[in-house]
Amino acid sequence: MSGIGILIPIALLLGLSGLAAFMWSLSSGQFDDLEGAGERILIDDEPK
Amino acid sequence: MTAVIEHSEFSLPGVRCAACIAKIEEGLGHVPGVHSARVNLTAKRVAIDHEAVVDVPTLRSALDALGFAAEPVVVQNDDIAHRLESRRLLKALGVAGFAAMNIMLLSVSVWSGADGATRQLFHWLSAMIAMPTVAYAGQPFFRSAWSALRRGRTNMDVPISIGVLLATALSLFETITGGAHAYFDGAVSLIFFLLAGRFLDSAMRDRARDGAGALMRAMTPGGTVLLTGGKTEWRTADDITPGMVLLVSAGERFAADGRVEEGSSAVDRSLITGESRAEPVEPGAAVIAGSLNLTGPLTVRVTATGSDTTIAGMARLMEAAGQGRSRYVRIADRAARYYAPAVHTLAAASFIGWMIAGAGWHASLLIAVAVLIVTCPCALGLAVPVAQVVASGALMRRGLLVKDGSALERLAEADRVCFDKTGTLTLGRPEVVNLEALDTIERNAALALARASNHPLSRSLARALAQEGAEAANVTDLREIAGQGMEGQVEGRRARLGRPDWVGASVPGGEMLSCAFAIDGSPPRLIRFADRLRPDADEAVARMKHMAMEPVILSGDRREAVAAIAGQVHVSAMVGMTPAQKVETVNRLTQAGHRVLMVGDGLNDGPALAAGHVSIAPSSASDVGQNAADIVFLGDSLLPVPVAVAAAHRTMRIVRQNFALAIGYNILAVPLALLGMVTPLIAAIAMSTSSIIVVANALRLTRCAR
Repeated sequence: MSGIGILIPIALLLGLSGLAAFMWSLSSGQFDDLEGAGERILIDDEPK
Repeated sequence: MTAVIEHSEFSLPGVRCAACIAKIEEGLGHVPGVHSARVNLTAKRVAIDHEAVVDVPTLRSALDALGFAAEPVVVQNDDIAHRLESRRLLKALGVAGFAAMNIMLLSVSVWSGADGATRQLFHWLSAMIAMPTVAYAGQPFFRSAWSALRRGRTNMDVPISIGVLLATALSLFETITGGAHAYFDGAVSLIFFLLAGRFLDSAMRDRARDGAGALMRAMTPGGTVLLTGGKTEWRTADDITPGMVLLVSAGERFAADGRVEEGSSAVDRSLITGESRAEPVEPGAAVIAGSLNLTGPLTVRVTATGSDTTIAGMARLMEAAGQGRSRYVRIADRAARYYAPAVHTLAAASFIGWMIAGAGWHASLLIAVAVLIVTCPCALGLAVPVAQVVASGALMRRGLLVKDGSALERLAEADRVCFDKTGTLTLGRPEVVNLEALDTIERNAALALARASNHPLSRSLARALAQEGAEAANVTDLREIAGQGMEGQVEGRRARLGRPDWVGASVPGGEMLSCAFAIDGSPPRLIRFADRLRPDADEAVARMKHMAMEPVILSGDRREAVAAIAGQVHVSAMVGMTPAQKVETVNRLTQAGHRVLMVGDGLNDGPALAAGHVSIAPSSASDVGQNAADIVFLGDSLLPVPVAVAAAHRTMRIVRQNFALAIGYNILAVPLALLGMVTPLIAAIAMSTSSIIVVANALRLTRCAR
């Protein structure tokens, strides 16, 4: 039973960190251009 | 660095891949004065941070040089507000999703038999998660419910808010007193489901708005101003004041109302009057903001700007005409009018009934709350948005952008359709009628001349010639003679393309849309242009008639021009109408009990588009037309119009089915709740099943736009 005392806070903390990451990515504009983000992978950064 | 940083946005309908993004961002980086450029592929826009010395035309020509047609975009506060609203909903959805998952996890252990101290602990944990969540993620519903209540009305958000708040408060009480049942999971997952529906709705409309805005901004955001001392500067429309002198080159639109001081040209006023014939202007003639300067450069003294222009007057007329539509009550809210009082009466009655039966106030209140939770319009709240999102997605793939949430509802009710002529039934751009007048050598020479000019007739001619397989001849001494045409030397002979009288051709009776071409040594050829009917216009109109929508043409054009078109599509027409008369006609039909679908494009249709019960505009429409319309269709064909009507009918059928499903579920669940047999487990199962059924039914609409 004492396992619950450790596992529940861990579960909640993991969930909260996921939520925090989502909030951060949303406010830093990473959801503004979903199509573009997918295409940008294909751009070569190296100068030709 | 002391340079002032400015921010400009351009719409780029042409970007579609990674290579385009790289090309634009790298290419703009090399333009001196540009600090950074970022392409947004979803919105098809590029945002540029640059020093104040780099002006909009420079950036535009830089983009042109990279091979992308760009239109400067005025960033509207409206757009930003909508975007923020979507983002707020997404944040609330994230919070509600996190909370719903964790509370559900705790609830599952309670349902599977946790009791005593463990159950207490889990209830408390749920309460700690649920209460901030309800306070944060529930706000969109509370705000909307409150604003409805304050005006003495009720909408779907009122029972939602009351249900969520009561369930949370009662569960908290149960937790404090150590009771067996807590409804935190029900309250939070209710918010999650409903937010999902609302976010989908809002995101879909944002996307449609982006698309419509990015297609074409026909209104000029600014113009070139002649300063004292002979310098010129590009200014935005807001910074132009009466008394200034504007330089307007051929092919450019006027940024303000004014009077011609120098030069002579022809002006295309179709945006305002719907008249397809170009009008000649001389010094002293008045020109209107938004109309297109066709042949020669003009110097214009500005007489009115901003809200004083003819266009702005039209916008006011439109606003007045659109007031009827803002009173439209959406079907979900109409349902809520009957639903909300019924639910509240039922809950109150069950409380009183159990009190009389002697169950004690605690048990009675518990049952009343169970009734509220079970009847909470979760499926009802999803029934309309999900169906509309799925249908709009299907329409978007078919090239129709639905801009307004209630557009499909209103479109399904329409029983009359009014068409504009120029730009709506027709393509609204000049097409060559008699290409066969030119032989091969002449075609090649004409292509070389036409290619070099920006005049709409030249561009149309160049396009037609290129399609016919002409190859541009070698031309030397190529030059454009303002207000007349193009001249050059082809194999030692002088070639001219331009105004018929300048080239030396005679124009039979009043034909304005024509130009002439001549090579020394052969007779001049007259090239005629006409506005062509949209492809499939005939079939589209026939389909509308088949759907019992009586069509009529409302045109501002001349009788002869309209009669030809009306005859081709077999529709009666009213000609020579001013914008105000169009509105009057629409209003008269409305008063006779009809619901009018207005299909139009020009600025002159703007007020009528706003006055109609619902309106559709082609993507080639003026900015005003696109803004006023509920739905915008892409491409040349007119078929999307009947497709949209058919899809709207199907959507409303699905919505009604969804209502029946949601209410049917309530009819099954309410007796259980009234008898006090609904535990949190049963409520959770019932709620998710009904939501899933409603969503699954709505998914049948993915193929509604065939």
